[in-house]
Amino acid sequence: MKGLKKTMRVDFATYIGVTVAFVVMYLLQLGGHLSNSLSGQMVPICCFVSMAVSLNLVVGISGELSLGHAGFMSVGAFSGVIAGMSLADVIPSVPVRLAIALVVGAFFAAIAGFIVGVPVLRLRGDYLAIVTLAFGQIIKDLINCLIVGYDSHGLHIVFNVSGLKSVTDLHLEEGGKAIIKGAQGAVGVTKMASFPAGYILVMITLIIVLNMVRSSTGRSIMAIRDNRIAAESVGINVTKYKLIAFVSSAALAGAAGALYGLNYGSLVSSRFDFNTSILILVYVVLGGLGNIWGSVIGATVLYILPEMLRSFSNYRMLIYAVVLILVMLLTNNEQFKQWRENMAEKLGRGKRAEGGV
Amino acid sequence: MVFFSYLISGISLGSVYAIIALGYTMVYGIAKMLNFAHGDVIMVGGYVCYCALSYLHLPAIVSVPLAMIACTVLGVVIEGLAYRPLRQAGSLAVLITAIGVSYFLQNGAQLIWSATPKNFASVVHFDLPSSLTSLGLSSEAIVTVGACIVIMIALTTFVNKTKLGKAMRCCSEDKGAAQIMGINVNRTISMTFAIGSALAAVAGVLLCSAYPTLQPTTGSMPGIKAFTAAVFGGIGSIPGAFLGGLLLGVIEAMAKAYISTNLANTIVFAVLIIVLLVRPTGLLGKYAPEKV
Amino acid sequence: MSQQKTRMVPLPSEGIIPERDAGSMPVLECRHLGIEFGGLKAVDDFNLTVGKTEIAGLIGPNGAGKTTIFNLLTKVYQPTHGTILFDGKETSGMNTVQVNRAGIARTFQNIRLFSTLSVEDNVKIGLQGSMSYSALTGILRLPGYWKNEKRMHERALELLSIFDMQDLANHIAGSLPYGAQRRLEIVRALATSPKLLLLDEPAAGMNPSETAELMSNIRKIRDTFQIAVLLIEHDMKLVMGICEGIAVLNYGRLIAKGTPEEIQKNPVVIEAYLGKQKGADA
Repeated sequence: MKGLKKTMRVDFATYIGVTVAFVVMYLLQLGGHLSNSLSGQMVPICCFVSMAVSLNLVVGISGELSLGHAGFMSVGAFSGVIAGMSLADVIPSVPVRLAIALVVGAFFAAIAGFIVGVPVLRLRGDYLAIVTLAFGQIIKDLINCLIVGYDSHGLHIVFNVSGLKSVTDLHLEEGGKAIIKGAQGAVGVTKMASFPAGYILVMITLIIVLNMVRSSTGRSIMAIRDNRIAAESVGINVTKYKLIAFVSSAALAGAAGALYGLNYGSLVSSRFDFNTSILILVYVVLGGLGNIWGSVIGATVLYILPEMLRSFSNYRMLIYAVVLILVMLLTNNEQFKQWRENMAEKLGRGKRAEGGV
Repeated sequence: MVFFSYLISGISLGSVYAIIALGYTMVYGIAKMLNFAHGDVIMVGGYVCYCALSYLHLPAIVSVPLAMIACTVLGVVIEGLAYRPLRQAGSLAVLITAIGVSYFLQNGAQLIWSATPKNFASVVHFDLPSSLTSLGLSSEAIVTVGACIVIMIALTTFVNKTKLGKAMRCCSEDKGAAQIMGINVNRTISMTFAIGSALAAVAGVLLCSAYPTLQPTTGSMPGIKAFTAAVFGGIGSIPGAFLGGLLLGVIEAMAKAYISTNLANTIVFAVLIIVLLVRPTGLLGKYAPEKV
Repeated sequence: MSQQKTRMVPLPSEGIIPERDAGSMPVLECRHLGIEFGGLKAVDDFNLTVGKTEIAGLIGPNGAGKTTIFNLLTKVYQPTHGTILFDGKETSGMNTVQVNRAGIARTFQNIRLFSTLSVEDNVKIGLQGSMSYSALTGILRLPGYWKNEKRMHERALELLSIFDMQDLANHIAGSLPYGAQRRLEIVRALATSPKLLLLDEPAAGMNPSETAELMSNIRKIRDTFQIAVLLIEHDMKLVMGICEGIAVLNYGRLIAKGTPEEIQKNPVVIEAYLGKQKGADA
């Protein structure tokens, strides 16, 4: 039972840490103590924390390198925006509509995840990575071709393959509204996202991922990561569990995408390109593979870091790059690891000694 | 006739992809890492050549080798500083470091040369008879395809016939065994990066000659495409990279011409996915089953 | 040691099994089993019958194809010839997962644990086939989650206690000493409630006292769970000490079958192990 207790303690510490951070920041925001730029970053930070935690499910827990996570965010963002906008007349309550938009975003991203996952999960290692990258690009291009509007008859969707179509091809009636205008993306989006909504999203993501990891599903996923052949030999259906990890991760990314999309007045699909996927991967790797609270911290710190470096103006991304390289070199340096272990041991011994007194 | 001109542009674009993919594939084959900074080395090659041509007014025959030397040095320095310390680390750590290097190069280039696109003057200076240009053939296309073929033959000969080439193949099979046989693994990997980066410089110059805008992000998309090409052909395989690059270029040009400009990339990537599902290790890749 | 003296009885279908198993159907029957890798016959015309509670041994020089037979039985490879009857049913259409669910569990020559997970989790993963709950139950922590987790925890400790390993439950599997890792693999295999346990060199790397303990434990496992054990082993003391029936493999072909006494005296087996001794007859 000691093992169970330890993981439960870590989980609760994560929930409490996130809650405390939220309460403090929210009070500061309400009191007007946050700068405008920082205040505006609260929702995106929540979204990217969710993205990192959900990607960790695939990369850390399931052990498959995915380079297309932003693609699922994109699917969620655009389907969430469509839902949030087109339901305006039916459901006047903004929080309810936001919740529905998030569920819709998660649902469509899960479908995309399933379509991608079924063929892709048969591949191994770097081949899987390149195919997820390719799917990320494909999703981006497909959304670029999408023209969507709504009127009293419901949704109108045109797929602009030739590149010649425009909003007029939707044939909207009087009073109808275009939501997504092809390569221009979504425009005139009503901002519905709020910091508390972001907090709830992060908490739900954390609970789903942590509870899954501590259940038989999570154990099976990790067993496959550790040794696929042995997992099969004890009767674990490899495809099923890999798919569960992949689709859940995509769904959570979709919800995060929906919140992200509904946080801005306009949205273009290039916002969710390869670089965004990579950015999220960096959060996960620096936070620690398979380490969920590490992803929370990693995403938060690394999202804010470029902003903090704003005073270095042009040099900030250069510094960011150097920090990234140095952190990777340092955390993988044997001597540094040794030193860290020694320090941890010393601290641990100190604590135990104190406890004894 | 129109088809022919699309084919030409596809082959010429494919040749650039192939040259970049060769660099990717060699590095992957030996260091077993996805070097995402490779695309940015292309960009640096383009800028060095641009500076030599426009500021120093050097002739192309000097500027191009200059760019190659600069990129070779850059490649070796990157490998030594950023990748070598991570040789024992997990592949993800190396990947993230490569991404860091990529950010560094892009933002460094932006500081030095600004984000404003530069107009790259073609390095190819000879005119074709009008009978050929009317077919859609350009002097750049001829030079690009020619360069690609020469590089491909030279590389194959190098890898199969020379001592260093054989050392590279040994390292790619089994680094531990290579070390025991007295091969200096670190030096071999260094040399691989040197060659790959020199090729990237050539690709950069050719790319900018054909598509004359040069900016800090110029290398990103061709980098990803070339990486795709390398996987397409079977990563680690030199003929595979050549074949993958050419096919990718032709598919892209044809998709643009006949299906949809918007969806050209989608079609390229979709073909890659289908190929990988049928042949999980690419067109010419080797399949190594796990031993139980 | 009484098992050693068990008489072996021939079955109508060319197999021999211990007398006490003669009344029930053999758990495993391989008929003309074979596999080719690009023209090379790694295993050829392999016939074997294992009784319901028999401890059987598979021996032979390195490279004889012993592990390949395990891989055929567990469908890591699909056989190119012959049939496998497990518990009276043909396994031809099955994959590794289905074969395990049908009741074959194995260990590996080169240990394959879930090395980053705890010892207890390794065993729990084996238990999941019989005590599973849905992913949603786990995420929402419904009553089924708590109930099954508790049962799994208790059962895991129970199984670990066979090898007196219950105190190691919270250790990381990969950090265990070699011998303990081998024992954990056996426990994990047992957790899937098999009818046939395949052990691939269970005593490799163990010292004599550990091996002796392993021998009594294998017997204990067979007696408690009433299952069959088929093991590959180079340690002849172990093989001759606990196996009731032994099959000898050389160059992918069966060269002898019989009780330990018969095998020890068999000139073909001696030749396979020691090589042809020239001039010995002269």
